[in-house]
Amino acid sequence: MSPPDSVALREYLGPGLKDRTISGARHSVSFTDIAQHSCLTERSCELSGRSVLLATSGQLLSALAMIELDGVVRRLLLSPPDLDWDRLQDLLEQADIDAIVTDRPLPPSHAGKYFVVGVDLPQRKSTGSKVDRATEWLMLTSGTSGLPKIVRHTFDGLAGAIIAEGPARYRNATWGTFYDIRRYGGLHIFLRAVIGGGSMVLSEPGEAVAAYVARLRAGGVTHISGTPSHWRRLLMSGASADFSPDYVRLSGEIADQALLDGLARAFPHASIGHAYASTEAGVGFSVDDGREGFPAHLIGQDHAGVEMKVVDGSLRIRSRRTARAYVGAEAPPLADAEGFVDTGDMVERRGERYHFVGRRGGIINIGGLKVHPEEVEAVINRHVCVRMSRARSRRSPITGAIVVADVILADGTDAARHETIRAEILGQCKNRLAAWKVPAVIRFVERLDLTAAGKLVRTDA
Amino acid sequence: MSVKSKIFSAIKQIAEEQRITLPPLDDDLPLNDTGFDSLAFAILVARLEDELGVDPFTVAEDAAFPSTFGEFVRAYENVPA
Repeated sequence: MSPPDSVALREYLGPGLKDRTISGARHSVSFTDIAQHSCLTERSCELSGRSVLLATSGQLLSALAMIELDGVVRRLLLSPPDLDWDRLQDLLEQADIDAIVTDRPLPPSHAGKYFVVGVDLPQRKSTGSKVDRATEWLMLTSGTSGLPKIVRHTFDGLAGAIIAEGPARYRNATWGTFYDIRRYGGLHIFLRAVIGGGSMVLSEPGEAVAAYVARLRAGGVTHISGTPSHWRRLLMSGASADFSPDYVRLSGEIADQALLDGLARAFPHASIGHAYASTEAGVGFSVDDGREGFPAHLIGQDHAGVEMKVVDGSLRIRSRRTARAYVGAEAPPLADAEGFVDTGDMVERRGERYHFVGRRGGIINIGGLKVHPEEVEAVINRHVCVRMSRARSRRSPITGAIVVADVILADGTDAARHETIRAEILGQCKNRLAAWKVPAVIRFVERLDLTAAGKLVRTDA
Repeated sequence: MSVKSKIFSAIKQIAEEQRITLPPLDDDLPLNDTGFDSLAFAILVARLEDELGVDPFTVAEDAAFPSTFGEFVRAYENVPA
C-alpha cells in the first residue's frame, strides 16, 4: 500500500456544497448529497485496493463514482461510452483489472470473473471508505485506428494545471463540455468544476447539439469547452444565438484563426482561450489572446512546471502533468530518456509565434512533396461561406496521391453561387499555399463525421 | 457532351487555373507539349474520374500512360462501360 502523496478528489468537497450540482438531462445531484451519500451498491467497501473498471452508461454516474473511488482503489480505468465488452476484454487484462463498477448488465463471460459493484444515484448513507492511497487513473487514448492504448496518470498530474492556476480563478463557474468526461479533455473540465468550487452540466449520449445547448442555458453554464470541430458544429447549428457564456475553451485539434474570429463574433462577451493538451502529454499551455498558434517564448523555458521543445518539427513536452506510462505487458515507453513526451503534433515557427500544422502521421505525400491536411483546411476555412472543411488524400495514378477537400457551406448558401465559391476557395488556396497543396477537387458536402472524441474523422491518415 | 469535349473543357479549366497557355489540342500533340506538369495531369485525371466515373489508368493494371493527346482521349473512350 502506497501512502497518499496527494489529496484525493473528494477532499476538495469543501464548504458551500449545497448550491453546487452535477447535472445530466434527467437528474441533478448536489455536492452535499455526494459528500454524504454513496452511489455504490452493497459490498462497496471491498473495493478498497482493487483495480477497477468504471463502465457506466451515462456520464453522471461516472462522475459520482470517480469522486467516491479516488484515493480508495488502486487503479481506476475509465471506460469511454463507445467501447463494448468484447473490445474491453484485452484492455482489462492489460490493466490487471479485478473489479467492475457498472450500471450495465455484464455478459455471462465476465460475470464470475470480476468482483462487480453496482452504481446508482447517491441514496445510501456513505460508508466512508478510507482514503489511504494515490489511485492510479487509467484512461484510453483517442487513437482512431486499432485498439486504444491505456495511459496511466496520477491525480496530482491530472489536477496539476488547475492547481497551478489557483482554483479560485474560476470560482462559482458552472462548467459544460462537449467532451465526455471519461476522456482526457472532458475529465480535465470535470476536475476544474470539482476542485475549482463550481458546478457542471453534462451532455447525454447521442444528444443533439441544440438540445445540449438548451440545457446549458437552462443550467446557467458560464464556462464551456470542446474541440474546434465541436465549436464549428455549434456555430453551424444556429444554437449559439441565445447562449452567452463567459469563457469559451478549445482544445484537442488546431484552433485556426477563422474559428477564433467566428467564436469572437458569436460570443462577444466571452473570453476565448485555446489550450494544448493530450491524453499522453497532459495540459501544456493555454493561449488567451485570440490568435492562432502560441508565443514562441513558451518554447525552451520552464513555464509553470511545463517545459517544451521542438525536435524534428514536433512538439515535445516534459512536466509533472504528463501521463506516467503506457500500461500493459508490451507497452512502449511513453517518454524519452529525458522525460519528454513526443506529442506527434507538428509545429512551424512564423515570426514570434509557433503554429500547429498537423499530425506527423497525417502527412499526405504528393509525388514526394508533403502536405498536412490541416494547413489546407485552415486556408479553406477563411472563406466567409465555409463552416467546416476536411482535406484528405486521394490516390492518383500520376503522383501517388493528391489533395482533395470536402467543404460544408453556411446554411442558405445559394446553390447558384457554388461554382463562384469553389473558384474563390481555389484562388485563396493558390495565394497562400504551394501548388501541390491546393486541392485538386473541392466537393460540397452536408456533413463531416466526428470521432467519439470530437475530432474530425481522418480515415485516410 | 461527348467524352472528348468533356476532356477538352476540363483541360481548359485547369489551364486557366494554373495559368498555362495551351497549344492547339490536336490528336498528335505530345502530352509533354501541353504545358501540363504531373500535378496538372493528376488533377485532370481526378476530375475526369468524378465527371465520367472512371479512371482508365488505375482500372487496367498494365495501363501505359498515353504519350499524345489523342491516345489520352482514347483511353477514356475505350474503357468498357
